[in-house]
Amino acid sequence: MELTRRELVAAFLGSAVAASACKRESAPRAPIPGAVVDRAVELGHRLRGGPLPRAEAVEPVDVLVVGGGVAGLSAAWRLKGAGVKDVRVVELEAEVGGTSRSGRNAVSAFPWGAHYLPAPLEDRGPVVRLLREMGAVAGVDAQGLPTFEEELLIQEPDERLFYQGHWYEGLYLRVGATPEDLAELARFDARMNAFAAARDAKGRKAFAVPTALSSDDAEWTALDALSMAEWLTREGFRSARLKWLVDYACRDDYGAVSEHVSAWAGIWYFAARQNGQGERSEGFLSWPEGNGRLVQQLASSLPPGAVSRDVLAHTVTPGEQGCRVDALDARTGQPRAFQARQVVLACPRFIAAHVVEPWRRERPSWLGAFSYAPWVVANLTLSSPPASRGFPLAWDNVFYESRSLGYVVATHQLLRQDERGPTVLTWYLPMAGADVKAEREKALSASYADWEALVMADLRPAHPGISAQAQRLEVQRWGHAMVRPTPGFVWGPERRAAAQSLGRHLHFAHTDLGGLALFEEANWFGVKAAERVLAELDVRSESWL
Amino acid sequence: MNKTLLYITVIVIATCGLVYELVVGALASYLLGDSITQFSTVIGGYLFAMGIGSYLSRYIDKGVAQRFVEVELAVALLGGLCAPLLFLTFTLTDLFHVALYGSVIVIGTLVGLEIPLLLRILKDQLKFKDLVSQVLSLDYLGALAASVAFPLLLVPKLGLVRTSLLFGILNAGVGLWSTWLLAPLLGNPLRLRVKAVLLTVLLVVGFVLGDRLTTFYEDQLYADDVVHASSSPYQRIVLTRGKRGFSLFLNGNLQFASIDEYRYHEPLVHPAMIRAGKVEHVLILGGGDGLAAREVLRYPEVRSVTLVDLDPAITGLATRYDELARLNGHSMTDGRMRVVNADAMRFLTEGTQRYDVVVVDFPDPNNFALGKLYTTGFYKLLKKRLSPDGVAVVQSTSPLFARQSFWCVEATLKAAGFWTQPYHALVPSFGEWGYVLVAHEAPGFHRPLPEGLRFLDMATLEALSQFPPDMGPMPAEVNRLNNQVLVHYYEAEWRRWN
Repeated sequence: MELTRRELVAAFLGSAVAASACKRESAPRAPIPGAVVDRAVELGHRLRGGPLPRAEAVEPVDVLVVGGGVAGLSAAWRLKGAGVKDVRVVELEAEVGGTSRSGRNAVSAFPWGAHYLPAPLEDRGPVVRLLREMGAVAGVDAQGLPTFEEELLIQEPDERLFYQGHWYEGLYLRVGATPEDLAELARFDARMNAFAAARDAKGRKAFAVPTALSSDDAEWTALDALSMAEWLTREGFRSARLKWLVDYACRDDYGAVSEHVSAWAGIWYFAARQNGQGERSEGFLSWPEGNGRLVQQLASSLPPGAVSRDVLAHTVTPGEQGCRVDALDARTGQPRAFQARQVVLACPRFIAAHVVEPWRRERPSWLGAFSYAPWVVANLTLSSPPASRGFPLAWDNVFYESRSLGYVVATHQLLRQDERGPTVLTWYLPMAGADVKAEREKALSASYADWEALVMADLRPAHPGISAQAQRLEVQRWGHAMVRPTPGFVWGPERRAAAQSLGRHLHFAHTDLGGLALFEEANWFGVKAAERVLAELDVRSESWL
Repeated sequence: MNKTLLYITVIVIATCGLVYELVVGALASYLLGDSITQFSTVIGGYLFAMGIGSYLSRYIDKGVAQRFVEVELAVALLGGLCAPLLFLTFTLTDLFHVALYGSVIVIGTLVGLEIPLLLRILKDQLKFKDLVSQVLSLDYLGALAASVAFPLLLVPKLGLVRTSLLFGILNAGVGLWSTWLLAPLLGNPLRLRVKAVLLTVLLVVGFVLGDRLTTFYEDQLYADDVVHASSSPYQRIVLTRGKRGFSLFLNGNLQFASIDEYRYHEPLVHPAMIRAGKVEHVLILGGGDGLAAREVLRYPEVRSVTLVDLDPAITGLATRYDELARLNGHSMTDGRMRVVNADAMRFLTEGTQRYDVVVVDFPDPNNFALGKLYTTGFYKLLKKRLSPDGVAVVQSTSPLFARQSFWCVEATLKAAGFWTQPYHALVPSFGEWGYVLVAHEAPGFHRPLPEGLRFLDMATLEALSQFPPDMGPMPAEVNRLNNQVLVHYYEAEWRRWN
């Protein structure tokens, strides 16, 4: 089906963007050089083909970590911390990091996915340990709470919102808000602060990072049964602006609108990362390459040669003494095999269900509960920062009337006064429709020329003339970027069932086991799986969790 | 046809024509300086363009009256909007010269068409000798009226923007009443009338809003004569000269006035110089005018001065512009000077050399980019580059006009781990101005003040750290890269005074 340019923009970004972008489209411009850069789709689909060749020679290893994303690298990092020497990580892609991967060009490093980490509230757990290892923790304050190096905290101005020709400070659209709107916002903030301060009889936060530390009292977990949109209605929140803010939050962290996100997860976004006074402790940590910096820190902690890239592990067969893992060299097609005493399978459930040999014969019952939002991320290199009307260029720049999340400026955190010169914008589009399969097909069907048209149509109303500044555009499609915390999922039985080890030699780690696609979850489950491995190997080490 | 009305028309046309010429000439002198050149080129170009217009009138054969009204409306539009549009071009683009001479040529050409066309319309009403005599004498009379009213009445009462809009309205009025006056000669006067009315409404709206437009532009206007004006990628640089010496403006903000700059620069530099353990290597951040360097170079122990300023245009001006070089004592060409055109924050991050004295003389924190230079993040970098017994000083805006901003800078320096000593001095051109002296630990006094200072002596210096109650310490948050509270304080406080 051939869509007109305007229909294309309307289909992906909404009719408001289509109307204002097409209004501003002047003479046709030369195409922007660039490409769609992902390749995981083709590689991953090999898993679904017929039987794959098996290697004769088997490489023995103590611990094999399958998957070099944040969960897998965190597991290897934890094992290294306990002194386990013989650890291998195999990664299907040419680079580690998964959805926290980053890229770099002559102008700047830039993220391909996750791009910030909320500064941890308390001085405990593996994330603070990692941050301390990388020199990001400046110290602890009088209350014993961690403080972070100033240059890593997101600099002001951090957020702005574009609405009808003008940029405004912050992410709540205050301009034109009625007193009723503002009263609802204040009531909503008060509710979220109360949720943030709430603790159960055991002293656990009602909403904690990671989710595993949250209270399991029904008082709060009951919220998981209804959608965030239903909760808003039930509590009498009717303001369209507030609904927008909540939807934005759900799209930002979960890749879905509030109708498809559980109220528990929706509230978690606003309540888990603050202290109950609406203060987000020290704010957010970010780097030009986004969470790619955290990936680099995890990877650099491992001994040289510990990570093998371009290795497609396709079959994990648990046995009496360990697991056999069959793989392909993704470049040459040559088969490889490993015999590991312990395996950490650090990949999402929809892959695990294909890879674990017994599950191929009998589909695990929990599989249907996991659904994943597709995302598209584009990095646009510009000859100079985009010109704009109203509040100045911020770190996060959001379009009120678009289905995209706007863009983040990779050079924002550079320590410099003079902000002119080339920069890279990272543009995010969560495919937030209800039917993830249809959304995935839609994302994969668009060509580079389509993505170029979409990205520029999104940016042009806010930045007339930006086409002339554009130097290169690269587009990454993520078919399964984020697990969606749909109603009933986070506190449902399937998620917990999927996290159980299979026998004594095969353990699972991935952010989807936490129900939320976040660095802290991936790191938590990676460390947790590694600690199960340590227990099986009889290695004594105090828990990092 | 009513002759009296026609004669009035001639006078109005003539007055308008000259007023546009004067508006454009005056605007060019205001904005570019060098009024002799500006007026000569504008008047010459305008007269030449009028000649083009007169010549072109021969190609208008049919519908002379219709064309006359159309020319009136075009002159009303372009002449009426010339001042606001030229200001806008100057403020927003680098195309001011193009716009200036473009408007001179176009308006001049249109004005040049007016009288020949009118003469042809009237040629059947009068004998040739009477026609020429009456029209031309009235034309010159109108010119006299304009040239007398312009400096005495129009510019002082209305300003340039509203003057140009007012005469645009008069011109549009001429167009409008001509549709009645010349009705017998016009095919379809109604359409012209509608156009004339719409145009008049547009210009009247502009005139009513003119005050606000003028407020927007007044940053670009200076009380004194502009002797140098240039634009760099970073800022607009203007030097003016008047009764009280000359002054430097960056983006319309006064940087110094030669009459009292010593009252700013002596307190900026000497308290740090006399309290530092050594003064061999001095770093100046900002201060591209070379005036702080002049004070530093008074000390014979100084072996090197590194001046880091973002803008090569300003350091170049301080080096090569005679009067400025004289004022800064030719500091920029002193053998001990090293001028680095770089981003101060990057300069501190990328190097390791330590300095005995650091003079931090940035513009006030009126935007987020400048605000970064007043954060703990920046001051920690500064601290790493200051010798163990070194002393630095930070220009910290006015403790009177922006009291919380001043104390915010002080609190931020303390939070970065510095010992601090706030003080202030009265600089008439600026008002009460504030500084914060900082060091790793409380420094002693290591050398006397140099000879020849006009403002500072030891007794004065001691008094400068006394703050009267209306400027005294007040609570302020620490300015960090991730909160930039200072920019918000600063904006709120200065808004009260402006």
